[in-house]
Amino acid sequence: MAQAPPRIAGRTREVSWLARAAGANSPLKAHKALWGYIFLSPWLVGLVVFIVGPIIASFYLSFTDYQVMSPPNWVGLANYEKAFTGDNLFWPSIWVTLKYALVVVPVGLLGSLLLAMALNQGKRGTYSFRTIFYLPSLVPAVALALVWTWLFHPEVGPINVALSYAGIKGPAWIADDHWALPALIIISLWSSVGGNTMLIFLAGLQGVPSALLDAAAIDGAGRWAKFRHITLPMISPTVLFNLILGVIGALKVFTLAFVATKGGPNYATWFFALHIYQQAFSYFRMGYGSALAWLFVIMLLAFTYLQLRVSQRWVYYAGGES
Amino acid sequence: MARQQAFLVELAGARPAGRSHAIAWSVGNVLFYLAIALLSVIFLFPFFWTVTSSLKQPFELFEYPPKLFPSVPQVQNYLTALNTEPLLLWVWNSVIVVTLSTIGVVVSSSVVAYSFARFEYRGRELFFILTLATMMLPAQVTLIPQFILFNALGWINTLLPLWVPFLFGGGAFYIFLMRQFLLSLPADLDEAALIDGASYLQVFWLVLLPLCQPALAAVAIISFVSTWNDFLSPLIYLNSQEKFTLALGLQFFQNVPEEGGMPLQHLLMAASVMAMIPCLVLFFSFQRYFVEGVVLSGIKG
Repeated sequence: MAQAPPRIAGRTREVSWLARAAGANSPLKAHKALWGYIFLSPWLVGLVVFIVGPIIASFYLSFTDYQVMSPPNWVGLANYEKAFTGDNLFWPSIWVTLKYALVVVPVGLLGSLLLAMALNQGKRGTYSFRTIFYLPSLVPAVALALVWTWLFHPEVGPINVALSYAGIKGPAWIADDHWALPALIIISLWSSVGGNTMLIFLAGLQGVPSALLDAAAIDGAGRWAKFRHITLPMISPTVLFNLILGVIGALKVFTLAFVATKGGPNYATWFFALHIYQQAFSYFRMGYGSALAWLFVIMLLAFTYLQLRVSQRWVYYAGGES
Repeated sequence: MARQQAFLVELAGARPAGRSHAIAWSVGNVLFYLAIALLSVIFLFPFFWTVTSSLKQPFELFEYPPKLFPSVPQVQNYLTALNTEPLLLWVWNSVIVVTLSTIGVVVSSSVVAYSFARFEYRGRELFFILTLATMMLPAQVTLIPQFILFNALGWINTLLPLWVPFLFGGGAFYIFLMRQFLLSLPADLDEAALIDGASYLQVFWLVLLPLCQPALAAVAIISFVSTWNDFLSPLIYLNSQEKFTLALGLQFFQNVPEEGGMPLQHLLMAASVMAMIPCLVLFFSFQRYFVEGVVLSGIKG
């Protein structure tokens, strides 16, 4: 559609049907619309080949039995049925992922907000502290897993050594059924709390008009009152943005567990993304893997939708309806 | 600890009037810096431990209690790590993938963003919303069909799947970021150039791109870091050691046979340091662009 040479539209006075289809009613506008499509075209191809096409394909595959070697075989809803009733790792993997997200998201958001507020006071040295807080988020997840496995070493790891000085016998952390998940939560909080979420909060805080805060202070509002009634409503869109991205990020957790614990011990850190990976790429059950992926998407969409719905009650847009 | 702080602040406030304000302020400040310094220690300690472990001799690794510093720093551990596994080859593969995908992202996302920011055509809003929607999409749902596609193309166990997709717009996040930046530039600029007879391509290349330099830098840096650190795609597409990227190869250090029962943690840590360094260096050199890019993506989100 975008391949027609633009000269034709520019030269002839008539507006071609093609131009009108593109939403242009004059030769100049048609010429411009055509160039718009030309510049858009790489992304259109990418969108179709790498995103929309695969989405449709995976939807189809989720109703088939497909093991790569032979063509897909239609099985109806069997894969979904299997997930809900015949796969004894399905529900546990969802539960572990939710437990992880339920801690990482709220604690992470609160931590990031507190750090951002500390940095937003305009005190000296803030710049260097921001740099320090941000560094962990640059560590590759693989290195993160390797380094923290070493930090969590039951005998000579600095964490358990420090605990022993305080008279506490530290657990085996990632080798212990009960402590593996908390250990992964600690690792991921360390790596993310001072990262992008904090920077976005910082930008949000800097957007709070100081006139409002000054006015409240004159009216006798204390620190908490100013935070609760001015800062928090003003940054609520930022909170929502970080919340939605945080939930999606937490539910997708993969590499950390894959490298540090391999999902163990005893499936204690068998996250849902690990489950999909194993079914699709270790067992090459592409049909079943696609069904799991679709359930995952539905779960994410449901969460996002829920958050957007609930957010109407607590998010305040200063620019009016938008 | 919070209670302790509150107690100290109260204590300061209870001082004789007149001086109290100044003292409370400075005590508050001292506490602030103490707390933030403690946090910094928590954030920095794992880096310190990685580096110090990487410089220890094998027998020092399992000494109890562990020492903060190696008795004699073993710089040659880094060379040993490079020779234990084909680390240099993995670095080279990572460099290829990162370079090509970053170039692809920068060029194609800015072209597409130019279309979104400056042209009017039917379907633009729809495409844009679709673009934003893909940001929410978990990779898992497109991964399987993409794998099947690349398998059909015979690209499995090559580096192609790791960079070719980035030539087509680079990804929603980068397009969004570039568009936001382009929208912040006055449209009069291109109008003036167009009246002077410039083509759209010339306007883009000669007028807008030079002004987009901060956003281009942000996109390049974020793309560099995310590709360098990417684990899932190499894991799925690469299966022979000589094709690995560094992020993927690193985990195989765990599985190195322990020669004569010697612990290998020092080599593992040395390799981890080498994997971290490029992104840290990049961050220290271009911190401003990093922050601007993240902020730009968050504010209008």
